Amino acid sequence: MTERNRNNGYISGVSGPVVSVKGNPALKMLEMVLVGKNRLIGEVISVEKDKTVVQVYETTSGLKNGEPVVSSGSPLSVTLGPGILGEVFDGIQRPLKKIEELSGSSIQKGLEIKTLDETKKWNTTIKIKDGDTATEGQIIAEVWETPALLHKIMLPPNVSGTFKNVRGNGEYTIVEVIASVETKKEKIIDITMTHKWPVKKPRPFGKRRPVYMPLITGQRVIDMLFPMAKGGTAAIPGGFGTGKTMTQHQLAKWSDADIVVYIGCGERGNEIADVLESFPKLKDPKTGLSLMNRTVLIANTSNMPVAAREASIYTGITIAEYYRDMGYHVALMADSTSRWAEALREISGRLEEMPAEEGYPAYLPSRLSQFYERAGYVQNLNGSEGSISIIGAVSPQSNDFSEPVTQNTKRFTRCFWALDKALAYARHYPAINWTGSYSEYIDELAPWYEENTDRQYGEKRTEILRILQEESRLMEIVKLIGQDVLPDGQKLTLEMAKIIRQGFLQQNAFHENDTFVPVEKQYKMMSIILYLNEKAEKLVATGIPVSVLVDTGVFNELVQMKYNIPNDNLDGFATLERRIDDFYNDLSIEYNDARRRNSQ
Amino acid sequence: MRLEYLDLHEIKGPLVILKDVKGASYEEMVEFTIQGVGKRIGRIIRMTEELCVVQVFEGTADISLENTRTYLTGHTLQLPLSSEILGRIFDGKGSPKDGLGDIYPDMKADINGLPINPVSRKYPKNFIQTGLSSIDGLATLIRGQKLPIFSGSGLPHNDLAVQIVRQAKITDTDNSKFAIVFAAIGVKSDVAEYFTKSFKESGVLEKVVMFLNLADDPVVERITTPRCALTAAEYLAFEKGMHVLVIMTDMISYAEALREISSSMEEIPSRKGFPGYLYSDLASMYERAGIIEGKEGSITQIPILTMPNDDITHPVPDLTAYITEGQLVLDRELTQRGVYPPVSILMSLSRLMKDSIGEGFTREDHPGIANQLFASYARVQEVRALASVIGEDELSDTDKKFMAFGRAFEDRFLKQLRDENRDMKKTLDLGWRLISTLPEAELDRLTPELIAKYYDKSGRGGF
Ligand SMILES: Nc1ncnc2c1ncn2[C@@H]1O[C@H](COP(=O)(O)OP(=O)(O)OP(=O)(O)O)[C@@H](O)[C@H]1O
Ligand SMILES: [Mg+2]
Repeated sequence: MTERNRNNGYISGVSGPVVSVKGNPALKMLEMVLVGKNRLIGEVISVEKDKTVVQVYETTSGLKNGEPVVSSGSPLSVTLGPGILGEVFDGIQRPLKKIEELSGSSIQKGLEIKTLDETKKWNTTIKIKDGDTATEGQIIAEVWETPALLHKIMLPPNVSGTFKNVRGNGEYTIVEVIASVETKKEKIIDITMTHKWPVKKPRPFGKRRPVYMPLITGQRVIDMLFPMAKGGTAAIPGGFGTGKTMTQHQLAKWSDADIVVYIGCGERGNEIADVLESFPKLKDPKTGLSLMNRTVLIANTSNMPVAAREASIYTGITIAEYYRDMGYHVALMADSTSRWAEALREISGRLEEMPAEEGYPAYLPSRLSQFYERAGYVQNLNGSEGSISIIGAVSPQSNDFSEPVTQNTKRFTRCFWALDKALAYARHYPAINWTGSYSEYIDELAPWYEENTDRQYGEKRTEILRILQEESRLMEIVKLIGQDVLPDGQKLTLEMAKIIRQGFLQQNAFHENDTFVPVEKQYKMMSIILYLNEKAEKLVATGIPVSVLVDTGVFNELVQMKYNIPNDNLDGFATLERRIDDFYNDLSIEYNDARRRNSQ
Repeated sequence: MRLEYLDLHEIKGPLVILKDVKGASYEEMVEFTIQGVGKRIGRIIRMTEELCVVQVFEGTADISLENTRTYLTGHTLQLPLSSEILGRIFDGKGSPKDGLGDIYPDMKADINGLPINPVSRKYPKNFIQTGLSSIDGLATLIRGQKLPIFSGSGLPHNDLAVQIVRQAKITDTDNSKFAIVFAAIGVKSDVAEYFTKSFKESGVLEKVVMFLNLADDPVVERITTPRCALTAAEYLAFEKGMHVLVIMTDMISYAEALREISSSMEEIPSRKGFPGYLYSDLASMYERAGIIEGKEGSITQIPILTMPNDDITHPVPDLTAYITEGQLVLDRELTQRGVYPPVSILMSLSRLMKDSIGEGFTREDHPGIANQLFASYARVQEVRALASVIGEDELSDTDKKFMAFGRAFEDRFLKQLRDENRDMKKTLDLGWRLISTLPEAELDRLTPELIAKYYDKSGRGGF
């Protein structure tokens, strides 16, 4: 009890990650504090008259009543500046590779570590000069943070005035002063290439803009049927093992964002290890450079302290906002938001708050909406345009989509990619169920698709969905009486739906040619399937049995086109089209002849 | 001098509440001396300004407010460790149970361990051949994986676990580096005996460390049993460079013990009365499997859990599968039809197999043939449902082929003798023989190249 003085409180109780503090009424809500002799990092989450409650981001094992709790005076913040990309941080932005250097393969508590490297010199191009007006968020310098990304150094959003003492281009660390700003109140503020920002406070922007561009993912079922907008929100709900993480990884690898922020929130350590082993070897289809150049990982695995799991989501989104402010398109993946919600529930339970549904706190919906609200396509303070797209995985307990996290997430997101256990059991991947999924961005994105594919995109999409829907309806009948008794028109629908499912919707994440598919090829695949459907319908209408059509092998060729037509040479589609024409002509001639012969 | 506190403030189920103890630290161990009964230990699980809530390991029976003195040990529960633990039997809190005396420790370790830094992990990639086609072919076990067996009462999960242990070790290049840690959590003594007997029969008993908390042992110790076991496993793997297979049974009993303690603390329950932190709590154990970059050994976990009512949506299997890297699900119907091991392959999954099979690992055709077997067997389920309505005779020719395929798959591929050990090549070849009974046009998961190389077009495949 040595450090007990006016500014410090002391521990007066511990329950899991929650610590009660007495003796310092000056502590502020959301303030960061250092708890106990080991100076564990914590955050004030409740302030009462004679007691403050702190959630601690490290293990509380070993804390004693009476140990000091020191106020930091500022809220929990992230450190922003070059050096973020390619890193792996824990939930409160401590670099895990540095932690490893200090404490080996297991994470000890009470480590003090700098978030970003403060000794590294960056080759800096200065974009301002003495006497220039300084405005909030203004771009003042540029640094190649990685070969793939030009990091724009910005004035912090709350600083403006006139530039002074601007230094020339050169090599600077992030803590060296590169300029000063004299504010209207004649205060001088030194500017470095880094600043801090409180994680729970959204970074300000100019104004929201309507979304209009898809986030291209290279995944057919998403890009063609349930597209996501740059600046949009999507939820991936699904029971265990249905493919949430695989889908998130696929998007992190192949989506056409400039920056990917991947938050492993309360999930497996090996999944982070997987990303760290595979991403550096993969090439960003846009830049041809290693994927790690555009990626930042936040890893708070399920065995790491639960309060930091709660923080990881905010840490991630604040970093995303920072890159958005530079004018980049950021995609943020959070796997899984359910673990975040559970962290809220656990802390809330320890605070003995009144629970709402299934023990979750009553503020679950508002926390979720605040998080998804931080997505968007915006004009930044500095005039550039950028976006944050959020893709959140949801892990419904017992695969029950009516549980609170799934339901509330559904309210605040506009794409819903529902993963289906039955599809996963049948190894139909991605197991995105086409009847339960939707995208509310269809209308906003229609102009883009029409321009980048052709005017029939909308019709074709509808037609594909119609065939699939018709199939589900017919399958109800088939289940009862078998397929044989269906009229040929309906049999054809089933065959076409099969091609759509196997040849189009199923996508092999482990096949070089199929893991990522450019939009042009996706669209051609969809078109050729419908072309076959059109021709086949005509043949069936003249009385040719569907089995004869299938026996020609053309249907099977369409199922295999994903493997047989390379992504960079789409000539194969012209060949396929001729193949279908021949198929049509041959069969109609053959059958017309036969009919003529019969009638003679 | 040893400072002891007289008297207790309150006793509540498995918990004891102390008042006005000084210098207690969160989660530290306390030692109780009960007049005329002996010593017990407990752990501080909540502290307020005046009170300390202590979970008593051997239970609170015989404790009164006045017959008990309390001593704060100043440390968390620690397990004494040395190579001597091999071949020994301990209770759920890590004390020797075999009458062979204490361990002379090289070191002591906190049974809660510390979280492995995810950047220090090495992604597991070496498969373990179990000799069982259902596992090797379709849900490949990887060294460093956590792969639970979801079973039901009366199903042969113990036989399966034993067969895995027996056959898996044979493929190990260096048998001296192989060890087994076995944790019995609230199971009947015959289960523990069955395992002991089979370890003895396969001559590995001196490679086994056992932690036994049987059905009539104290419930609170079920919380520490798997943690002691994993601490021992970590020692063997990461200090001694051994490849450790950890078998923990039954995780349902573990979770029920957790529920009991949570409810005596009057915590707000989530589904089926289990505490809201069940996921994190289970994860703190399951995540202790793995491989660490720069260290030699590995920890592979096979937790076993018997699902109440065979219900896979029950919170314990559900949350377990959300943490583990897949699951092996056993099926009652297959058992009734005499298929052993009764692995329900559609519901089973090994998540780590995706990067550890195929060219350079098992065989180039492995991913393709596995996928095709899954897809075709899924189709069998649909056809069977249809056949049950319209009768098998009314099925189309193709559907009839699927019916036959389904039967052959269960009888030839899944079904094995309890000592039958198939190598990977045999398993994969068997897969192709089965697939060759289906028309080529039905093979939507195989690339044209694989079909050309392995598919038997003669139609003579089959059985
Ligand atoms: N697109 C895909 N292509 C191929 N295989 C897939 C695909 N999606 C999922 N899988 C298979 O399913 C397994 C489970 O997928 P994944 O780990 O993504 O599930 P999840 O929904 O994240 O589960 P959990 O909630 O338990 O984390 C993978 O290991 C892989 O074998
Ligand atoms: Mg996952």
